[in-house]
Amino acid sequence: MAEGKPRTLFDKIWDRHVVDRLPDGTCILYIDRHLVHEVTSPQAFEGLRLAGRPVRRPEATIAVVDHNVPTSDRRAGIAEPESRLQVETLERNVAAFGVPYIPLLDARQGIVHIIGPELGLSLPGMTIVCGDSHTSTHGAMGALAFGIGTSEVEHVLATQTLLQKPARNMLVEVGGRLAPGVTAKDLILAIIGRIGTAGGTGHVIEYAGEAIRALDMAGRMSVCNMSIEAGARAGLIAPDETTFAYIEGRPHAPQGAAFAQAVAEWRTLPSDPGAAYDRVVRLDGAEVVPMVTWGTSPEAVLPITGVVPDPASLADPEQRAQRARMLDYMGLTPGQKLTDLAIDVVFIGSCTNSRIEDIRAAAAVVRGRRVAPGVRALVVPGSGLVRQQAEAEGLDRVLLEAGFEWREPGCSMCLGMNPDKLTPGQRCASTSNRNFEGRQGPGGRTHLLSPAMAAAAAVSGHLADVREFA
Amino acid sequence: MDAFTSLTGIAAPLPLANIDTDKIIPARFLKTIKRSGLGVHLFDTLRFRPDGSENPDFVLNREPYRHAEILIAGENFGCGSSREHAPWALLDFGIRCVIAPSFADIFHTNCFKNGILPIALPADICALLMADARLGGNARLSVDLERQVILRPNGESVPFEIDPFRRHLLLHGLDDIGQTMQHAQHIEAFEQRRRTAEPWFPSIVIG
Repeated sequence: MAEGKPRTLFDKIWDRHVVDRLPDGTCILYIDRHLVHEVTSPQAFEGLRLAGRPVRRPEATIAVVDHNVPTSDRRAGIAEPESRLQVETLERNVAAFGVPYIPLLDARQGIVHIIGPELGLSLPGMTIVCGDSHTSTHGAMGALAFGIGTSEVEHVLATQTLLQKPARNMLVEVGGRLAPGVTAKDLILAIIGRIGTAGGTGHVIEYAGEAIRALDMAGRMSVCNMSIEAGARAGLIAPDETTFAYIEGRPHAPQGAAFAQAVAEWRTLPSDPGAAYDRVVRLDGAEVVPMVTWGTSPEAVLPITGVVPDPASLADPEQRAQRARMLDYMGLTPGQKLTDLAIDVVFIGSCTNSRIEDIRAAAAVVRGRRVAPGVRALVVPGSGLVRQQAEAEGLDRVLLEAGFEWREPGCSMCLGMNPDKLTPGQRCASTSNRNFEGRQGPGGRTHLLSPAMAAAAAVSGHLADVREFA
Repeated sequence: MDAFTSLTGIAAPLPLANIDTDKIIPARFLKTIKRSGLGVHLFDTLRFRPDGSENPDFVLNREPYRHAEILIAGENFGCGSSREHAPWALLDFGIRCVIAPSFADIFHTNCFKNGILPIALPADICALLMADARLGGNARLSVDLERQVILRPNGESVPFEIDPFRRHLLLHGLDDIGQTMQHAQHIEAFEQRRRTAEPWFPSIVIG
């Protein structure tokens, strides 16, 4: 490790976790926290069983069910047999291997990337992995957090390490302040629109600058969450007073003297002045406006004031064909105003936008208004604790009285593994993270946007500019 | 994991950029607790029409590409979700090698864990191989991992780069958990050091 040379936040976390370096530069990287869910773990536990291997550190592992659980009343169990089998398989595996587990009916159950920070399980300076690409969310805590496949889940269960080569460093610096009505979600969509869906491949993106510093932890998590949509291995934001204030007192965070000791250490994490980045991108936060995707890739994004782009404007024939395919799938015509697109469904939820702050933002737009006729609108809180908090603030009443459904926590319509899905041709204003073909249900059409914009769409019956709702 | 040394086979052209893992295998097919049997769902929405019948326009529904063992695709192949079901579905269908200008990171790693060789080559070279693939059954490609070359139907050889450690594991079909286990003493020593230096990382207990 090059002591003395200025290092980035990523370099520092990496260096602290290298157990061994192999001759070709591959590192054995120590993993502090391993989050496990029902969809990507069964084959990993089965692998351990076949090889006769135990889980090396169950106490560094936490399991929860989120991907395919129903968001209706769950007390009667899970009706869908395959989903039930996956949940029961996880329950058998955590019992057999001694892994801490939050059961479906526990108030702390929720989306794995919501509950990690919420319970104080995700802390600055940690390495955190999960068999889910949106593990990048936890980078908002100043932790190196990234998604892995099931073979790597097995590798971490068996060895508490991964074989990895260091990523390259990328800095996305956002100056200025976001304007009223513009949120962290709009910012990350604007960043993806700028660098493209493969713009961060091979890199860890560190987000910095005045606009990032001004974000609360929920906003920082939304930004880091969608780093994978820019192709990055992970997103990172340096821990600061906002981070420490968020962590203090959370149940699994260090307490008292241990917390003070930890904070002193965490203050050494931010990138050193003069640290080198392989790539730097700068944006002016003040210029970002509310954004919405129009196509089937997160980079197909425009300001809400825009119109559907024309494939004919592209020179490359393959790109032109691909854009035409997107418009065909999305049922759009070049030149249509985005605010003219009528919607069938509104989904407020997912690991991107299902925190209490997101629900408050949606409720603020909805208060005193009604969901437009013919629109189905769902709010799926990220965890049981988020749901409880929202109910304590009366937000559930605001949403229910406006005509929203108020659901139990889970991944839900972000990926349609549970009964919450779009039917073919339905158009959805969604606060989730991916607008891929069929993502929210076969033939479903997804427009990604912020919770406030989703609420504005719900009460308007079409995509709408939330700045007109002030 | 099966070793990968060399492969001669039919290459299917799939000239789309940003093929995401939802496209390789939609989420509704992830409700399985096994690795096997996912080939029938590979590229489900491209391969099958809404009524379940085959889409005759899709390359893998046409001869000779039903027997393809190599896939030539556009840039950023495998973007999106971390689901290892994507390489499992490719492997179960019979694909052992994917060639593209670039790959998404997690998918790229997942391939190596399953004996699939992902090869990244410049776009102009991929375009040549795409043209070869369009020639069909008379124009097989040969991929030689030992020598790190692809042999085109016209006899020309195309060299490719690959991470030496991953190449070693793939050539010998090695279990990388077994490799890491050889460092168990160092992992133990690392954990002891961490416990002293950073004692605030609490063990997780769910009460």
